[in-house]
Amino acid sequence: MIGAQLPALQVVIPLLAAPLCLLLYRPFATWLLTVVTSAATLVISTLLLTQVLDSGPIDYTFGGWAAPFGIAYRIDLVNAYVLLIVSAISTVVSVFARLSVAAEIEASNQGIFYTAWLLCLTGLLGIAITGDAFNLFVFLEISSLSSYVLIAMGQDRRALTASYQYLIMGTIGATFILIGVGLLYALTGTLNMADLAERLPAVADTRTARAGFAFLTVGIALKIALFPLHLWLPNAYAYAPSAVSAFLAATATKVAVYALLRFLFSVFGESFSLETMPLAHGLAVLGSVAVLFASLVAIFQHNIKRMLAYSSVAQIGYLTLGISFVSELGLSATILHLFNHALMKGALFLALGCIAWRIGSARLGDFQGLGYRMPWTMGVFLIGGLSLIGIPTTAGFISKWYLVLAALEKGWWPVLVVIVIGSLLAVVYIWRVVEIAYLGKRLEEAPSGEAPLSMLLPACLLALANIYFGIHTELSVGVAHEAAKALFGGL
Amino acid sequence: MMNSLPPGIIILVGALALPLLPRALRAVGALALPIISLAHLILLSDAVSLEVEFAGLSLIPVRVDRLSLIFGYIFHIAAILAALYALHVRNTVEHVTAMFYVGSAIGAVFAGDLVTLFLYWEITALSSVFLIFASRTERSYRAGIRYLIIQVGSGVLLLSGILMHYQDVGSLAFGQLIGAAGSLGDASLGVWLIFLAFGIKCAFPFLHNWLQDAYPQATVTGAVFLSAFTTKLAIYALARGFPGTDALIGIGVVMTLFPIFFAVIENDLRKVLCYSLNNQLGFMVVGIGIGSQMALNGAVAHAFVHILYKGLLFMSMGAVLYRTGTIRASDLGGLYRSMPWTTAFCIVGAMSISAFPLFSGFVAKSLTMSAVVEGYYVWTFVGLLIASAGVMEHSGIKIPYFAFFGQDSGIRCKEAPLHMCLAMGATAVLCITIGWLPGPLYALLPYPTAYEPYADLGHSITQLQLLLFAALAFAVLVRTGLYPPEKASITLDTDWLYRRLAPRWAKGILSSLERIRQSGVNAIHQTGRHLMRWVLHHYGAEGTLARAWPTGSMVLWVAILLGTSLILYYL
Repeated sequence: MIGAQLPALQVVIPLLAAPLCLLLYRPFATWLLTVVTSAATLVISTLLLTQVLDSGPIDYTFGGWAAPFGIAYRIDLVNAYVLLIVSAISTVVSVFARLSVAAEIEASNQGIFYTAWLLCLTGLLGIAITGDAFNLFVFLEISSLSSYVLIAMGQDRRALTASYQYLIMGTIGATFILIGVGLLYALTGTLNMADLAERLPAVADTRTARAGFAFLTVGIALKIALFPLHLWLPNAYAYAPSAVSAFLAATATKVAVYALLRFLFSVFGESFSLETMPLAHGLAVLGSVAVLFASLVAIFQHNIKRMLAYSSVAQIGYLTLGISFVSELGLSATILHLFNHALMKGALFLALGCIAWRIGSARLGDFQGLGYRMPWTMGVFLIGGLSLIGIPTTAGFISKWYLVLAALEKGWWPVLVVIVIGSLLAVVYIWRVVEIAYLGKRLEEAPSGEAPLSMLLPACLLALANIYFGIHTELSVGVAHEAAKALFGGL
Repeated sequence: MMNSLPPGIIILVGALALPLLPRALRAVGALALPIISLAHLILLSDAVSLEVEFAGLSLIPVRVDRLSLIFGYIFHIAAILAALYALHVRNTVEHVTAMFYVGSAIGAVFAGDLVTLFLYWEITALSSVFLIFASRTERSYRAGIRYLIIQVGSGVLLLSGILMHYQDVGSLAFGQLIGAAGSLGDASLGVWLIFLAFGIKCAFPFLHNWLQDAYPQATVTGAVFLSAFTTKLAIYALARGFPGTDALIGIGVVMTLFPIFFAVIENDLRKVLCYSLNNQLGFMVVGIGIGSQMALNGAVAHAFVHILYKGLLFMSMGAVLYRTGTIRASDLGGLYRSMPWTTAFCIVGAMSISAFPLFSGFVAKSLTMSAVVEGYYVWTFVGLLIASAGVMEHSGIKIPYFAFFGQDSGIRCKEAPLHMCLAMGATAVLCITIGWLPGPLYALLPYPTAYEPYADLGHSITQLQLLLFAALAFAVLVRTGLYPPEKASITLDTDWLYRRLAPRWAKGILSSLERIRQSGVNAIHQTGRHLMRWVLHHYGAEGTLARAWPTGSMVLWVAILLGTSLILYYL
């Protein structure tokens, strides 16, 4: 009985927990509620994924209103996979968050913090689960508005400007998406994605459809932080509280990429969006530029959080490169990298969170001898870094491997060169940190000692996951392959 | 259960557990690991192979056949001997990395597919560099970094080659990569890259410098490990992937010849051994290049015995370095009084490498030579003959002569420690036993052979004549003062060329080259500075692209992108 309601519960539980959180208000209680809620969503998303794997896509209609009229959720492999990523990361990071947030945010604001966290989680899960284009916009706004709040709570005063800029840009992106959806509605009279997919081919040749497509792609590209629309991202990630950086870096852009995939492949269909429209080449060029430029900028950053933020922009380049190949292999590389990138960035940002808790800084200069002062934390950072570079037996290697195979299959040599150079640049920026931390002078008076276990364990867990999914790839690769196949097969 | 365990994994996993042992027992643990692993290997039945699905690719992490088995055996033996030799070492990092190095090298020869090979290939590179770093000198650090760059470069080439090869043929199996015609001309780019990667590790001419650069900087025990695995792994890879490749014959002959001259004028005795290592690899490469069953047997047998006697020589020189603190020929001499056992073992190694009949080198080298004769490779034969005399000259005579005899340096030290003597003694016994009774070794070779090294008396006599005349030449030159031991940088007959004529020409050539180099360097510096300034201006921490941008210009970008995509979509 309850099994049939899982799709609704996936979103409703965090949505209802959020106001409850505001009522509870006490830091510990709100934190506990957040962890329990996240864990519940993780359980639900796991159940949903196994259900989809067993018996195919699930359709769920709200209030018994049939699909084109009421709001419908439709869960296939792609979004079940994304739901799993989001809920798992939220669970791990929220466990980590208690002490980190206690150190970075005033006690009186922590209730609001966790409320915003749960709302953000609601929004991200909602984007992933919904089968309705307008509903997607609504959830996008929920997640965006709450993430502005989360970012603004950063210790650094620059967090306010960063959040403000993100607010402006995010609103523009959301508006574009709304305009795009509106144009499609004007054209077809429906908002249901499956319905849109049926009616669009007949009217695909109109200017309205193309304008709608343009607004949607640019709007989502802004949320993805695709070069050159990434400018809001580095500061937002750099000045946000540590836990928020980890949460958003591992999930927010992933969900936006999912939305892009959904519109490109399921709503418009790949023959229209990637073959009739010149989007594939555009994505290939912008993706390549993103990989090269953002990695190069990352090398010169003094603030390690900002460095990782730029590295995220580069990773988004890899994701779009995978889409631009317009092949099943390329698409599965992208979906796989969604998962693996969440693991590695999660591990890296959590390690930075531990470091910030101990030494109160993310500046490279303060990392002197940190490899000896915080050996476990730096170990996590090292594993995350190796995975980011793509060393064999880490998750990052598997993504790169499929990306390279897809490039070879397509015969796009320049892209292959870009991927290799991107990896080499990653070696450089990770090595800078490793060099300072392990080979630098050991400062005498510097604070040392590990972060508390409740912070260290989640970080170690993600680091281990990087290695586990670098060796056992049945889950990550298997589901990514099937999901790519499903996307290519249409909705 | 036991059978499905990949060889080498015991050592790799055991190496991780080493630091858990009490400090004093770690060296013993490192000795125990290869012994256990060898027992496991012997229990492995013939022709086992293990296939797994990994990331959608079918991989064969274990493939046991005759070629991999013989390399597996000798790698284990070498590891046991080297670990025995290293019993005194108290540096945990050295033990752990040495075992990692051994385990991955063993894993690599049993790898049935290219991806597994690549993995182990990289681990050997990454772990072995610590044996060089462990000397803890500025020079060894720099040499280690250079070594690492080149080895990782070889790995990168290998991976690129594997990817292209996979794209071409759709299979990752590691079998013969070169076509039946044995010509590199019609090989694909992927195969070329793999060949190049193997070539770097095998120290082909012009790709060889890392060897002489890095090995002499390794620790006393590290050099013994290094001498056994890296290059022989490359020999294995070539024998597996490129048997009968014509180009290898030429490459091999050049490899046997050019290091001789450097070896003769070199003063650092461990560096001399590195040159001679390079020269010995040449013999094996020629054997692989010829590619007949006998030649391949020769190459493999040569690798087998070479690991032993080269290890023995490195051990004896290591013992000298350990006791006296120097390994420069000009500072040594007359040590036979202080270190009689080491002297004796060194002489056994020297006679083996010079291929004296009844020593191990002879039974292997004569296989290769017979294959050369059988195939009528006249010039190759002449080249190898000259090289054989050269081996006798630099490894057979120079090493023991300058270290243990020659002019007495006045150094009086203790004999090498007991465990070192035991390791050297065991190796020496193996060298002699194989020389007397080559049967068991021949039985292990990849192809069946009925070869009798001592049946053809003519061959033994030729070899003896060659060796005796080389010794005679050395004696005469020393007697007449043309080979003064205290300078130790003299060549046999091209002496004048080196010391008189060449410097005069060289000075002129060098100074003009220097001028060209200087202006080139200046130009590069200039461009580099400009480039860096440009990069920093745009990408630096406060550069154009890294600054926090005003919101307005961000929005401008959105507008530009929307405009562009609208235009593109309408077109």
